[in-house]
Amino acid sequence: MAEVSPAGVSGARDVVATVLGFARTLRHAGVTASPDRVEAMIEALGSLDVLDPTDVYWAGRLTLCGSPDDLERYDAAFAAYFAGEAPRPGRSRTTEPPRLSESAPLDAGSGEGDDDGAAPDLAARASADEVLRHRDVAGLTVAEREHLRRLFRLLVPATPMRPARRRRPSPRGVVHPARTVRRALRDGGEVTRLMHRRRQPRPRRVVLLVDVSGSMSPYADALLRFAHAAVRARPAATEVFTIGTRLTRVTREMRLRDPDKALAASGSAIPDWSGGTRLGEVLKAFLDRWGQRGTARGAVVVVCSDGWERGGTELLAEQMARLRRLAHAVVWVNPHKGRAGYEPLTGGMRAALPSIDHFVSGHSMAAFEELTGVIQRA
Amino acid sequence: MLGDVSEPAVQPNPDFSGPDALAAALESTGYLPDEGLATAAYLALVMHRPLFLEGEAGVGKTALAHALAEVTGRPIYRLQCYEGLEASQALYDWDFGRQLLHLRAAEAAHANQDTETLEASLYDRRFLLARPLLQALEDSPSVLLVDEVDRADDEFEAFLLEVLSDFTISIPELGTVRATTPPLVVLTSNRTREVHDALKRRCLYHWLQHPDFDREVAILRRRLPDVTEQLAREVARATAKLRTLDLLKPPGIAEAMDWATALHTLGARDLDPDVAARTLGAVLKYREDTDRVQALAAGALFGG
Repeated sequence: MAEVSPAGVSGARDVVATVLGFARTLRHAGVTASPDRVEAMIEALGSLDVLDPTDVYWAGRLTLCGSPDDLERYDAAFAAYFAGEAPRPGRSRTTEPPRLSESAPLDAGSGEGDDDGAAPDLAARASADEVLRHRDVAGLTVAEREHLRRLFRLLVPATPMRPARRRRPSPRGVVHPARTVRRALRDGGEVTRLMHRRRQPRPRRVVLLVDVSGSMSPYADALLRFAHAAVRARPAATEVFTIGTRLTRVTREMRLRDPDKALAASGSAIPDWSGGTRLGEVLKAFLDRWGQRGTARGAVVVVCSDGWERGGTELLAEQMARLRRLAHAVVWVNPHKGRAGYEPLTGGMRAALPSIDHFVSGHSMAAFEELTGVIQRA
Repeated sequence: MLGDVSEPAVQPNPDFSGPDALAAALESTGYLPDEGLATAAYLALVMHRPLFLEGEAGVGKTALAHALAEVTGRPIYRLQCYEGLEASQALYDWDFGRQLLHLRAAEAAHANQDTETLEASLYDRRFLLARPLLQALEDSPSVLLVDEVDRADDEFEAFLLEVLSDFTISIPELGTVRATTPPLVVLTSNRTREVHDALKRRCLYHWLQHPDFDREVAILRRRLPDVTEQLAREVARATAKLRTLDLLKPPGIAEAMDWATALHTLGARDLDPDVAARTLGAVLKYREDTDRVQALAAGALFGG
């Protein structure tokens, strides 16, 4: 029933059927059009003109979408479902695509041909000719998986703390009038004891950026397990992104309790597994989309990468400096640092070094324990 | 953000036949919405659903709430969110000082009053300080602006969800306050943090964009009547160009208006490169951005 057009809608039942069919199409396109949202769309249509495609467009967009990422998918699904009757979603769209979304889907390229200078246009970014590799969790042997699982169970990442604004009851601190009066009332209106409250430390946000490019593949699994342990310790104060040729937020996937399931879920969410690296560009996408808006502000940002950069190192240096200004502390984890006689010689690493607060290795369990210490004290 | 409009220019009319009627009313107050925004506001009004507005800073999210208050003739209550915002600052608080005074006075007057009567008199409505959420429910119908909800911490979000789902607030000592007409709620977010899905699901979601050229010129002309048509067009054109430059902080309408005002104050009738360079601080708020724009051929950017 993909060809129902709003002009052919006659009764209320048809409207409901049409909307339900559209919601199904939308879900296929990746927009979570939950039943209550669909209900809201039907309600919205009740207040608008069902026969006017523009009204139908807006009724759906306002109720079914929930983030700027949804809008593009919504437009595509709307055009597909209501075959050609999609109204132009306002003139401004053509002149200015949503800034936020634009920066995230960096075109993955093929991992090799990234160096040609031509800037990819938006259509090319969205095209399907990307060579995307998903990580195959099944590839791990049972023994390996068990080994990793055992090791990471032992790891208890401690969280860094920061002073908070919210005051909580405490034996010391400033006077808490509400509690003092309540207490006084119990004693017949006599203030016998002052109650206090003060600011209690809250966990500081930790942002992990894990490089999943080809050169990092021996370590990426362990690093993601480390990320999982960190997310499990403080689900609300930890964010995990993977970087490679594009930026992927895997925090949601990482919140799954079982580490294997969490890794499998993020494995299928990461489209550029074992691809190339464009640290500078991806870091810029992170800062534009998340970092500057608050995710990196005052946070401990941990970049896990070997610093191999296919793009120019100037951009990386610039973005690292920007990150340093936003973040509370920048930690760089380079698994190669653990090797004897390591020198940070890769261009990316050298460009990033001036903006790094703590440079640590992440190649062994001992190194991970050291890393938790560094994060906690950062 | 778009400046305060003091005198209502139109007769407040709470009934609108459709998005177009609401758009026309908003335009008469000096707020020029596009089709999507007008539909969003209209649906929020008739469906009694909160309107969740996201978008770059300075695209007129807050201004919409003020304009809506004006066209509907309702009072507006604003709750500015920040980290550490507590129920006592958003909902209500007891006036402890006056409560204690009352207690002392009661004691002095007739010492052997029983505790229960005394306690009941203590938790009287007159000792309750209403904060924006409670005010908006008590003074119904009203417009409630919850500004920059992404800045509050997530505990507060859960709490907000509770209030917005049934528009009631229960005060243990007094009872339940219910809005006779649900307030028109406008939530704004700059997206510094992902707001929880549960809150978004209850709202109409609208992503606000920078206006197109014609609308921006119209807004500038409307808000700054003294600025020449020529200057308004050139400022709008240059601002639109600046937005394409991938700056750290692309200028919004608010910045465009600041810039036009600055230029007008300096007596400029059009945007020549020299005066543009001197007033760049009104549109660009990062040194990196200023450097970048100045490095580009200023003539190419601002030339007539």
